[in-house]
Order: sequence, then C-alpha cells, then structure tokens
Amino acid sequence: MALLEVEDLHVHFHTDDGIVRAVDGVSYTVDKGQAFGIVGESGSGKSVSSLAVMGLARFSSNAHVTGRVTFNCIDLLGATDDEMRQLRGSEMALIFQDPLSSLHPFYRIGDQLVEAITAHRDVPKAVAKNRAAEMLELVGIPEPRKRMEGYPHEFSGGMRQRVMIAMALINDPKLIIADEPTTALDVTVQAQILDLLTRLQKEFDAAVIMITHDLGVVAQITDQIAVMYAGRIVEHASTEELFARPEHPYTWGLLGSIPRLDQPSDQELVPIPGRPPSLINRPSGCSFHPRCFYAQDECAALDPGLNEARPNARHEVACLLPTSVRAEVRSRLDVGDVPDDIVAGVDLTVDPSLGHRPEPQAEEVV
Amino acid sequence: MGTGATPLVEIRDLVKRFPITAGLRNREVGAVHAVDGVSFDVMQGETIGLVGESGCGKSTTARLILRLLEPTSGSIRFDGHEIADMDAPSLAPFRRQMQMIFQDPYSSLNPRKTVGAIIGEPFEIHRLAATEADRKGRVQDLMDLVGLNPEHYNRYPHEFSGGQRQRIGVARAIAVKPRLLVADEPVSALDVSIQAQIINLLSDLKRELGLTLVFIAHDLSVVRHVCDRIAVMYLGKIMEIAESDDLVEGPRHPYSSALLSAIPVPDPVLARTRTRQVLVGDVPSPTNPPSGCRFHTRCAHARDVAVSQGGEVIEGELGGVPELCSNDIPPLEEIDGQADHTCACWFPLTREASAGLEITG
Amino acid sequence: MVVSLIVISFLTFVIFYTLPAADPALLRAGKQPTPELVASIKESLGLDKPWYVQYGTYMKDLVLHFDFGYSYQNNISVREQVFSRLPATITLALGGALVWLLVGIPVGIISALKRGRWQDRMAMGTALVAISAPVFFLGLVVLYLFSDNLGKLPFVSIFPGQGSYPVSGTIFSDPVGVISALILPCFVLAASFAAIYARFVRANLVETMSEDYIRTARAKGLPERTVVFKHGVRSAITPVVTLLGLDLGVLLSGAILTETVFNIPGVGRLAYDAVQKSDMPTVQGTVLLGAFFIILMNLIVDIVYGFVDPRVRR
Repeated sequence: MALLEVEDLHVHFHTDDGIVRAVDGVSYTVDKGQAFGIVGESGSGKSVSSLAVMGLARFSSNAHVTGRVTFNCIDLLGATDDEMRQLRGSEMALIFQDPLSSLHPFYRIGDQLVEAITAHRDVPKAVAKNRAAEMLELVGIPEPRKRMEGYPHEFSGGMRQRVMIAMALINDPKLIIADEPTTALDVTVQAQILDLLTRLQKEFDAAVIMITHDLGVVAQITDQIAVMYAGRIVEHASTEELFARPEHPYTWGLLGSIPRLDQPSDQELVPIPGRPPSLINRPSGCSFHPRCFYAQDECAALDPGLNEARPNARHEVACLLPTSVRAEVRSRLDVGDVPDDIVAGVDLTVDPSLGHRPEPQAEEVV
Repeated sequence: MGTGATPLVEIRDLVKRFPITAGLRNREVGAVHAVDGVSFDVMQGETIGLVGESGCGKSTTARLILRLLEPTSGSIRFDGHEIADMDAPSLAPFRRQMQMIFQDPYSSLNPRKTVGAIIGEPFEIHRLAATEADRKGRVQDLMDLVGLNPEHYNRYPHEFSGGQRQRIGVARAIAVKPRLLVADEPVSALDVSIQAQIINLLSDLKRELGLTLVFIAHDLSVVRHVCDRIAVMYLGKIMEIAESDDLVEGPRHPYSSALLSAIPVPDPVLARTRTRQVLVGDVPSPTNPPSGCRFHTRCAHARDVAVSQGGEVIEGELGGVPELCSNDIPPLEEIDGQADHTCACWFPLTREASAGLEITG
Repeated sequence: MVVSLIVISFLTFVIFYTLPAADPALLRAGKQPTPELVASIKESLGLDKPWYVQYGTYMKDLVLHFDFGYSYQNNISVREQVFSRLPATITLALGGALVWLLVGIPVGIISALKRGRWQDRMAMGTALVAISAPVFFLGLVVLYLFSDNLGKLPFVSIFPGQGSYPVSGTIFSDPVGVISALILPCFVLAASFAAIYARFVRANLVETMSEDYIRTARAKGLPERTVVFKHGVRSAITPVVTLLGLDLGVLLSGAILTETVFNIPGVGRLAYDAVQKSDMPTVQGTVLLGAFFIILMNLIVDIVYGFVDPRVRR
C-alpha cells in the first residue's frame, strides 16, 4: 500500500543568477514499511526533494514547489502550514547528516527530546520524560536518565546520531526520511547506526527514505532505489535488480567510479568525465548527455522519459538507448572493456520513441 | 614492491603528544596521545596507505613525516638522513623532496592568486625557474599533465570545480618533482564520480613519475585500490600492516577485521551473506587511552579468547578479556612467518575467522 | 586583571608626563608666576623629581591608601571627585542600555523575520541614520525639539533639558529629578547603540535561522513561534552579552559627549574638563577607573557567558 506518492514534483529556487531547477519532475512511491533509497551526487536534488515532501521548503521564501505529494491520503502541497506542522515530527520525521549542528547547542538532550513529544501530544512532562528515556535506551544510549541532562557537545558523533534517531522515532512516525545519516560518521560507527536504523525500522514498522551518495549503504539497507541526476530520477528499480542489471549509463558510471573491496585492485576505475551540470542552464535533452560515453545526437534533442526497461521488470530507466543495446554495453563493461572500445564496437542507435521533444520552458514569473 | 626495495622513509618509535593546558598559568593537565610509538618503512616507489577512523593519528603521522609538526620523540629517516630533530635551515633541502596534497580543495588554495601563480609558487620558493616565460611554460606543462586546460593559467580558484581544484593541488605538489608525496584524504571531499578521476590521476602520476606515495584515508576501499601496502591505525598505534589484497582477504587483527566488515559493499547479495562484525561503543579518548592493547575495550575476539582459554581474566564493561590484552602492549610482529604481514595482537585471528572478503572477478 | 591595570596606569602616566600640554605648576601659579613660586609649587607637588619616582609615589599611595592623589586644579581628592560623579554616569549608562536593548533587540528580530520586506528596509534605513548621527549633533537637535527651556514644539517640548541634572542628587535621593533629567540624554545616548544592536541582532538571527538545528526544530513540528523565539532568538541574542559588556564598560568610564552636551555632572564631564586643564591626577584617576570598568565587565561577560552557553561551561 502506498504511503507516500510523489508525482511530478518540481522545486525551483528563484535566485539572482536565474531559476535553479533543483528538482525537475520527480515521481516515486514509497510503500508502508518500505526502505526506499535515493542515490545521487551533490546537486542531484535528492535532499531538496525530501525537504519539499516534509514541507520544509516552505520556509525558503524563494522556493517554488509544484506537483503532487500525497501522504497517507493527505495532499501535502495543499495542506496549510499548521496541518504540515502537525504531521512533521509525528507522522513523518527527519534525520540529518550532521548530528552536532542539528541539535541545539544550548538545550539539554532530554529537553530537546521532550519538546518533540509535547509539540504533538498533550502529556505531562514526567510522562514525556519517561518516553524520552525509553527511546534513548532503545537506541543504545547507556544510563539514559543521566545522559538526558547532558548537552549535545558532551556526546560523541555516533551517540548524537542515536539521539537524532530517538528524536525522529519518538512519536512513532510512519515515514522517516534519513538524509545522509552516516556520512559524517566513522565507518565502524556508520555500521552501528545502519544496523540500528534497520532494526528500529522493522520494530516501528516505519517506511524509510534513505538519501545518500553511497551505493554501499543503499545496497545494504534498502528495498527500492531511485538514482537521481540533475534534479530528475534517471533509474528506478528494486535494489537487487538495480545492482544486478543497472540500466542507465550514469548508474554504470557511478558503479565504475567506486573502488570495490570484493574485486581485484588492478581493476581500473572508469570515472564519469566532466562534472555535474548547472541547474540553471541545464543541458538540453538528456541532462547526462554531455558526460555520457554513449550519447548520440538525438540525446541532446530529446528528453528521455522514464520507461520500463523490460516488460514487467518494474525497472524504469530514462535513456534513449534501446534495452538490447544497453544490455550489450553492460555485458561488455562487466568483462572489463573500456567505454571507448565499446563505443567503437557497438551499434549505438537510439530509439526516439523512448523520448519526447522537450516542452519549451516558459520563463516563470518571479 | 620487490623485496630488494630500499626504504625512502624509515620511521621508528614515533611519538607525538599534544599537551592539554588549563588554568591561568597554562599548567599542563594532560596530553592527547595522537601518535604513540609508530614504526614503519616507506619503500622507494611504493604507495603505502594509512587507514583508520578519526582520532587514530593517521594525519598527525603524515604531518610528522613531512616535519610540519615537531615529533615528541622517535626517529624519522628520509633517504638515510635523520630529520626528526633537524632545525628549519637544515630541513630546507628536504622540504623540496616531500610535498603534500590536502583534503579540502576549497580552503587550501589562496583565493586571491591565479592558478598559474599557485602552481608556479614552488618554482619561486625553491628558485627553480630562470625566467618568467620558463616558469609559465613549466606550469602549463604541469596543468596539462594533471588534466587542466593550460589556457586557464590566469584564472582564479573559485572559477574551478572541486575536482579541478584538487588537480591544481596535485599540480602544485608535483611541481618540484618531489620524491615523496603525502596525500591526506585527497578525495574524501569530492563527489563519487570526481573521486575516481582524482584516484586515477594519482595512479597515473605515480606510474609516470615514479613517486613514492603515502596515502591517508578513512575509506579502506579507496586505500586498497590505490596502495600496495596498508597500515591500519587505531588510537595512535599501528595495528596491522600488510599488502593490500592480503589485508582485504585475511585481516588478522580483530580491529582490521571489524573495520573491513563495517564497510558497506555495493552488492546487495554479498551485503546480506557476508560476515559482519559490528563494534560496540565509541573510540576511547586519546587523552586517556586504554592500557595494554588499545583495542581491548571493544574487542569481541578478546572476550571469545577469554571464554575459551580460561586463565587470568580482567573483567571489563563488555565482559572479561585475557590479562595479557589489558595489561601488556602487543608488539607489531610478523604473522605466520610472513615478513610483509605484521600484526599487533596477542591472539591474532586466523584467516578463516576474519571478515576477509573473497576477491572475485 | 591587576597586571592590565598596572600597565594602563603606567602608559597613561608616561604619555601625560612626556607630552605635557601645559606645565601644571604654571597653571597653578596664578596670573603672574615668579620662577620661585613655580619652583616651590613644583616641589610641593613632587614634580621636580624624576618621572619614575613620581610614578612610584603615585602607585604607592594608590595601592596602600587607595589614594589617587589630589587635583592640580582645586586640590580636591581625585578619589572623592570621581566617586561623587560616578552615580550620574552609572545611571545614564544603565538607563541608556535599557533603552537601546528594549529598542534594538525587538527591531533586530522583526527585521530578521521580515527580511527584505518594507519593515526590514525601514528599520535598517533608520538604523543607518541613527548610527551616522553624532551624539553632539543629535543631542542639540533633541534639545531644540523636546527640552522644556529650548524646545518650541507644542505638547512634546516638556522634557528637562541641559543642566537639569540635580547637582547633589542620586537616583535614590531624588528619583523624579534624576530620571526626568536623564530621559533625553538616555535616548540620545541610546540612539546609535540601538541601531548597532538592531543590526547585530538582525544579522545574527538571519544566520541562526539557517542553522541545521532550526531545521531540526521545524522537522519536530514545533510551532513557528517556538522555533523562532526558543531556538532562534535564544542563540542569536547570546553574543549580545559580549557586546553589551564591552559597551557598558566603556560608558561607565564616562559618556563624554552626552554628558558634555547635556551638562550632566558625570565622570565623562570630569575627564573632559581635566584633560582641558592638564589636571594630571584627575585624568589618571578617570582613565584608571575606565580601565577598571572595562576589565570588570569583561570578567562579568565571561561569567555570564558560562551561564547562557553550556559549551563554554567547565
């Protein structure tokens, strides 16, 4: 059952330099209790899209959010500020990247947790305190009563992130959005936090949206993955399907860019050339075409739609190359061929029916 | 790395303490034991990686090798010369032979200087270019070598992306043809796709210029890809040194094993099936490091050993550990008679019991 | 703290000794000074001794007897003189601080929250004017508009003006007289400070509102009012403690311009007169008092900061 439905979400920021199209037509669905991964590099729109879902983009005066977001049958973009406020922190919660800057430096941990309860429930302070201590215990903080009196700077990085998780789960939310929750942490602490998140997600039967740049993290804990590039989803599949049969050249690029411990170290990395595009002057057609080894002329002219890669595979990809061609390229990449040889050896004729002429971008009135 | 290789850098019992002062008269109330008795060699032409988590002393070690910091005690020999206690004038000729690449490509470049001036600066400092034209030519050659457009000679750092700035940092570092290059987390601030560009650049340069590279990073998979040998550090000490593949396939120190198993692999099937050892607790404070083996407070293996062996056991928060682990510092010793695999553990893991990964493909 | 005070006393002593605007003995000797008279005055004041002996005597009296010496001008004890002037200065400084805090902080908060809108533009425009207007100019304008003796406006020209400060009154003995006399000076003094504080608070709050912990507070679903005041303003006004401490320290040693324009018998006025007349002991006394207040306020700031920011607590 769909818990969160995002349809054609756009988040545009009006700046002095022009309109930044941070999120440009994103659609996805998260089911109840599902772990959904959004993968992308900086500037891909992965964080902005989730802030918009939480209604936090409303606080940026220059942000314009359009599209449809339905959560638990509630229209989030149409909801009033107060309705959104009541949902935030109770029905849906956020965990951020940097737990030190995300906790208020002047208030005791206990007070910050209690506040999260009393914002939504009319309970006596003692009850809220008990709940806070219970949650701290649950996330593995020893002597919770004592630690509640402490301030954020007295906690280690891992402990702070545990506090953030306790805070997010304290009102038993249906959806947790975790934005790079382990990026600022050491590897062994990251492992602890990922284990904790997975365990609590099952215990609380909550859906999780895991936003990260780390393919290893999503491989470990998610069921579904959307890969974002320049404000759009370029590939979307179940986790196993995505890693077994990646379809988009950008996903290949990402997988080829990371050194892997389970493969020989003399396996050359194949970086993606160039750098992510400006979100103000996006490349025409497929945004990835300037960096794509396999791009053809049509790629600069046609917007690729998000199409099923194979019938009934529940694997969507936004690329003009036909599935058979991509399968051939992938099989050659798997045996270690370099892109240049593949380009020379494979017939890379695109299928224009997989894309459409871009609609002229009407200049928005500021 | 052949066995006949000669060491370029020899480090013995290197110690660095940062005093903690308090009160009006700055009385010393304690010290951060950042590096606490580290010994290893960097062979001519090899790439050695230092890995470990924050606070393990890897960056301090790097800065000590370059003598950007004054060691508290110990010996650093560079090309046979003792540089640990050398004064600034005597160090000058060595400075040219060792260069550093920094983590943050944004803050390590002077925003008011052009790229040409930044890369050309070492020529000026070490008086290596005769004329302005000579300098410009050499800088542009360097820019070409690291994959920057030489026409961008007169641009400023802010006009470049993060990856390109890191290329500028690399060009500056190799400008004076150093023999030793120390890279401190050179790719951790970069996006995944850009990381690979810089890693490949470093590998190419290493091959072309015959550089000796000390590569510091927290990401074991990156280190393993770049390095011939890896030293795993924890709380100021080296826990294990081995050849890269050897370490990944069969880490013998319980900490290396835990570190390895904590790294998420981008393979959902493997992620579900492989052995995972999640460490409990946090890294202890380097101001008051645990006695004996630094790792014994978090070591699950030591607890297993204590249970299976009986004998003298010291009770701790997480259970008992053998007396040896909590009282005596284990020496960094050869393991299974392998000269190139040393490990500082009283009860090293067997290859089978470790969280080693099978390397396929 | 003691060391700083000694250094300051030494520096002022040396500066005034080596750069005498006028020979104090000559000033005292009356209209027709004879060399003998000047010499005897010099001897009685100890001015004939080398400067280090003079300094030594001065410090000895200061430390052992808390004696700042006697005014060259009128032979009154500097200690008495300074302490009799202190109440007026303290009342003015604290009154002014109250006004500028009550005006500056709310204006800063409103400006930050309405950033870029007309409320913000108007407040910041006014602030710029207030910062640019010098006290001696603003004071005269205010006197001309609102004082009961000079002011010409109907209904509003009712405030006591220049020289209305009760000569021997304090806020305790003559509250009505003191307060009414200080209304205009306090506002004049507070004008530029209020503007500076408003801009400071605005800048801090704008920055604070983009902090991660504000996002966390919103993500928790706290009402926006709580987010702004409990989480935002609390952080944004904390640095005001530092600013206020330093400003008060300076003002407690005399709001020279305000006191002069409104003819208030405060320490600032005293210092101003003493400098004009090369009254070395009085100058030295007011400078030391000023230094003492600045150092004291710094100490208080450090202590107060420990209370408001748990990160600096030990």
